[in-house]
Amino acid sequence: MNNLRKKKNIKLLQGNEACAEGALLAGVRFFAGYPITPSSEIAENMARELPKIGGKFIQMEDEIASMAAVIGASIAGLKSLTATSGPGMCLKQENLGFAIINEIPCVVVNAQRGGPSTGLPTKPSQGDMMQARWGTHGDHPIIALAPSTVNEILTLTIKAFNFSEKYRTPVILLLDEVIAHMREKVEIPTLEDIEVINRKKPTVPPEEYLPFKPDEDGIPPMANFGEGYPYHITGLVHNYKGLPTSNSQEIDAFIRRLHNKIQNNIKEIIINEKYFLDDAKIALIAYGSVARAAERTVKLSREEGLKVGLLKLLTIWPFCFEEVNKLAQQVDLIIVPEMNLGQMVLEVERASQGKCRVVPYGRVDGELINPIEILGKIREEIKK
Amino acid sequence: MKTVIDNYIRKEMFPNIWCPGCGNGIVLGAIIRAIDELKWDKNKIVAVSGIGCSSRITGYVDFCTMNTTHGRALPFATGIKMANPDLKVIVVMGDGDCSAIGGNHFIHAARRNIDLTAIIINNMIYGMTGGQYSPLTPTGKFGSTAPYGNIDQTFDLAELATVAGASYVARGTVYNVRQSTSLIKKALDKKGFSVVEIISDCPVSYGKMNKMKSPVDMLKWIKDMAVSKKVWEELSSDEKEGKYVVGEFLSKDRPDYTERYKEIIKKAQEMGGNK
Repeated sequence: MNNLRKKKNIKLLQGNEACAEGALLAGVRFFAGYPITPSSEIAENMARELPKIGGKFIQMEDEIASMAAVIGASIAGLKSLTATSGPGMCLKQENLGFAIINEIPCVVVNAQRGGPSTGLPTKPSQGDMMQARWGTHGDHPIIALAPSTVNEILTLTIKAFNFSEKYRTPVILLLDEVIAHMREKVEIPTLEDIEVINRKKPTVPPEEYLPFKPDEDGIPPMANFGEGYPYHITGLVHNYKGLPTSNSQEIDAFIRRLHNKIQNNIKEIIINEKYFLDDAKIALIAYGSVARAAERTVKLSREEGLKVGLLKLLTIWPFCFEEVNKLAQQVDLIIVPEMNLGQMVLEVERASQGKCRVVPYGRVDGELINPIEILGKIREEIKK
Repeated sequence: MKTVIDNYIRKEMFPNIWCPGCGNGIVLGAIIRAIDELKWDKNKIVAVSGIGCSSRITGYVDFCTMNTTHGRALPFATGIKMANPDLKVIVVMGDGDCSAIGGNHFIHAARRNIDLTAIIINNMIYGMTGGQYSPLTPTGKFGSTAPYGNIDQTFDLAELATVAGASYVARGTVYNVRQSTSLIKKALDKKGFSVVEIISDCPVSYGKMNKMKSPVDMLKWIKDMAVSKKVWEELSSDEKEGKYVVGEFLSKDRPDYTERYKEIIKKAQEMGGNK
């Protein structure tokens, strides 16, 4: 099936199409979903492409069922994807927690639209940043990535699957309506150009297999159902055997391990990009489609002689605490433009520890933040 | 004495969490005996459950097992079956799990006619949470959230599964264990979505609140209200009140969802090829 995709080619792709392309390159062979704007094109593309390569697509009765089916398919051995938007993301939270506690690799796309509730189905938003972090109940870790271009959607979709398989965790890919629907030139890589990571399998015979006993890296090898390793999976806190436990030492070690397997690898997981930060006195921190505007703002500011730089976040969770802390020591001012009334700015404030001024710039009218208004905010703030 | 049951259970999980007199163990025994008679390869069996007392069954059997979220066992099982159609996927649910929070998943699994076997242990109450009424608590009976009697109408799960599109539908009881075992066996062996409802007893919650304090009282009640189709047809409408028909209601052969999806793959490959 790989020879289908060997030719290097350049395409004009919509963000959602690029997500589907990236997923197929990453080895996705199962998609379950439910129609919702602005993510439906991902499902449509997967419905068309998956059966061509022997993969499976199913449209479930709701988002809860889609998330469940994706987890089931992953346990049975297929890399699995689902995609949705705010209202559907709310429904996915229950089983997202199940995937976290059972360390089931899968990727969930949230093409963000305005909220709360039905909100603004066809307009962009970045209102679900904290939902991505804390949407499902309980003290849990999560990895969430936020591309800002169509090309990044493709590469970060592959990355999301690699992280999910390597660290045995669901990964959330946060798009917004603008990048989900816009079209850009994308160079589609060949399989030789990209790294594809697959889950670690047990090397011991079935009678010795402890499905939740971690290796030294904190990650247990995963046997797929049907491979001759009978074991139990439960949403209850479980021991190495996968059986429910109420032993406080086992519980503590388990929950800490879930966090540590992510936290101990933040060097690899946290990805960001810097523009003109070396000599910057003012930093913009942005992500998603707003990062595009912020990049332009940097250029406009530099033309005016203002020493402005940009830290573009590609990994949202875990948050790049150290990076921002260092930046706060270098600059006088950080402005965080985002399409909400202040979500990631809270993390920036926390990481800055009072070492510089941190100012939010939010917009919640369903319109994009443009470069000029960020520049206006910079001018306004430097007068203070 | 070693029995056939010993070959299929996780001994370290015993004693089980169920109350004395509970019917769940009887159903567990029936499922194991049915599987044993079919001589299925243990490595190809997956058992999936939701949340509730009955859903703990998956923890006790030595297959690939999964105790999922409340009401969601069927969509998890759907993903497993789609990903690997060679697996035999059994889904065990309670009445509240299957017909309330999981009601929509139940009708859609039946509509797709996906090759899963759904076994619903119907004790007519939410047992684990302390005896609240469920969609299968008979009208007029009592629950901890129906202290003045339940005014809700009940679902008939067998009829619901039939009209929604299942391939096999049957009902048994924990009193008639041999019949239940044979119904489960037929359901397991059937291609497509198969449903067996087993009427069970919860003496601790349902019995206590409905004047049947001992498991024996409850089993007698179950025995008396379960009638065969033949007997049922001869009863007057007054006599039918509070009775349940047991036996096989539906058994038909038609392609299941995974077989039909194989046709989709064939079609896509013939039409599509390289994009």
